[in-house]
Amino acid sequence: MDDIKTLTIDQIQAGLRARRFSAVELAEEALRVAQAGNDQYAAFLHFCPERALASARRVDAQIAAGEPLGALAGVPVAVKDVIVTKGVRTTCASRMLENYVPPYDATAVIRLEQQGGVILGKTNCDEFAMGSSTENSAFRPTRNPAAPDRVPGGSSGGSAAAVAAGQAVVSLGSDTGGSIRQPASFCGVVGVLPTYGRVSRYGLVAFASSLDHIGPFARTVKDAATLLGVIAGRDPADSTSADAPVPDYAGQLDGKAAGFKIGVPKEYFGAGLDAEVGGRIERGLDLFRRLGCEIREVSLPHTNYANACYYIICTAEASSNLARYDGVRYTIRSSETPTLIDMYRNTRGEGFGAEVKRRIILGTYVLSAGYYDAYYLRAQKVRALVARDFTTAFQDVDAIVTPVSPFPAFKLGEKMSDPLEMYLSDIYTITASLAGICGVSVPCGRTAANLPVGMQILSKYFDEHRLLRLAHAFEQAGGFTV
Amino acid sequence: MKITEKEVRYVANLANLALTEDEIRKYCADLGEILSYVEQLNEVDTSRVEPMAQVLYESDETATLRSDTVQPSFDEATALSSAPLAGAGQFKVPKVVER
Repeated sequence: MDDIKTLTIDQIQAGLRARRFSAVELAEEALRVAQAGNDQYAAFLHFCPERALASARRVDAQIAAGEPLGALAGVPVAVKDVIVTKGVRTTCASRMLENYVPPYDATAVIRLEQQGGVILGKTNCDEFAMGSSTENSAFRPTRNPAAPDRVPGGSSGGSAAAVAAGQAVVSLGSDTGGSIRQPASFCGVVGVLPTYGRVSRYGLVAFASSLDHIGPFARTVKDAATLLGVIAGRDPADSTSADAPVPDYAGQLDGKAAGFKIGVPKEYFGAGLDAEVGGRIERGLDLFRRLGCEIREVSLPHTNYANACYYIICTAEASSNLARYDGVRYTIRSSETPTLIDMYRNTRGEGFGAEVKRRIILGTYVLSAGYYDAYYLRAQKVRALVARDFTTAFQDVDAIVTPVSPFPAFKLGEKMSDPLEMYLSDIYTITASLAGICGVSVPCGRTAANLPVGMQILSKYFDEHRLLRLAHAFEQAGGFTV
Repeated sequence: MKITEKEVRYVANLANLALTEDEIRKYCADLGEILSYVEQLNEVDTSRVEPMAQVLYESDETATLRSDTVQPSFDEATALSSAPLAGAGQFKVPKVVER
């Protein structure tokens, strides 16, 4: 069999069609590699081999019957453990849901399996997707395959690490403030933030509903585009999903970038940006120039307020969304339940980890009587200004290029003692989350210490097809190793 | 910004969240630091700005509403399958009403 750790979707489909391997053989090998590598990186929390092999057998039956294959036929996929899978534990990396077995599948899961995708298992993440390093997992930290003494980023650290380590060809993550793009950059893979409403969140365990997205990780832009095309589109089960046509993202990739106008926001290149990271992005911009893009400076003047704005809005929404974990419906209940209120309080006190409690406290505070206007309402107004910055900038440019994170992957434990410092690792990703626009993180070379650097490319609402064309042209021109 | 332990206890109570004394001290400090940080939002002139509650895209006002028809749903056993304590088709909780 081909080296499974570098396989692309196209190679899998060609191999299946040529009968060089069967989908079951590929799934067995993928499970073996993923399980063997899990001692090293802990990208997965648990595996679902029976489900994977059942999916693979369906693909093999289609091949035997000469039926057309789905876009993901036989492709080994990893799914972040905040996305529900029927009959397969979905823990959100929390003690609170340690034994939770959902009775239904997320729409994104249904769609990728309909197209022949083979789900190997569920990936580690920060508890309830709250964090930037995957160290807030209640079970174990994940290690970065590019540098095992360092974090993979977060919150979708397991999904990024699984793809980077060759333990899955593609994966699903979720992004609320940067949780796909930042781990993609730390691990050296591609991660896509789709436009808000592009992908159904039905079955994504809610963290901050006005900011939550599901999106793909892959080793190539084309594979990310293929997975996005499969999961995107209107879903009657999610009223926030948009009824907008889904372009053929993968089919439109032509390697051309000439004529694109790229904006570079000066606010993203100031104090706090690691010099090596900044240098890689400059080299990436030079490559875009050579590809015939026009580079011009733009301004996003409210950038510096985005982080403060985000941590009010996301915690407020989290405090509401997490109210449901009360010991009544979701498997865990404290043994100390003299009264109903004690049952709620003790179940939540025992079930949630430190960061989740911190955010519930902060979110409850900013929503509490007398503080709503001063915090939540004001943050929503600043959010409108952040979004307006982008609308204005996109009148002049087609895309915006920035670093993904101010620094490359940091060491395990390095930022765990200071929550505010951890929050600041998201400063370049949060603006797009607040605005709801689409973006991608692509590899953009490495530092002298061989740590991956990620370039963030942002575009306007529902412009994923052009965004991915630009990212693909960058990749084809050698941008990933610039 | 100074946050008192009393305020943290009050908020934890609103959130139905039991905290240890250590946690209360820790969150007291964290909350103060984070709230000081977010005070920078007061520098922004928001007097003529509508709050953005959610990302909106162009569509008909009712485009995202599905028709109000009954769809298949979970049976009772499935709906209760994750309950820590269930019986007689119900979620069971500690006694709420005293005699």
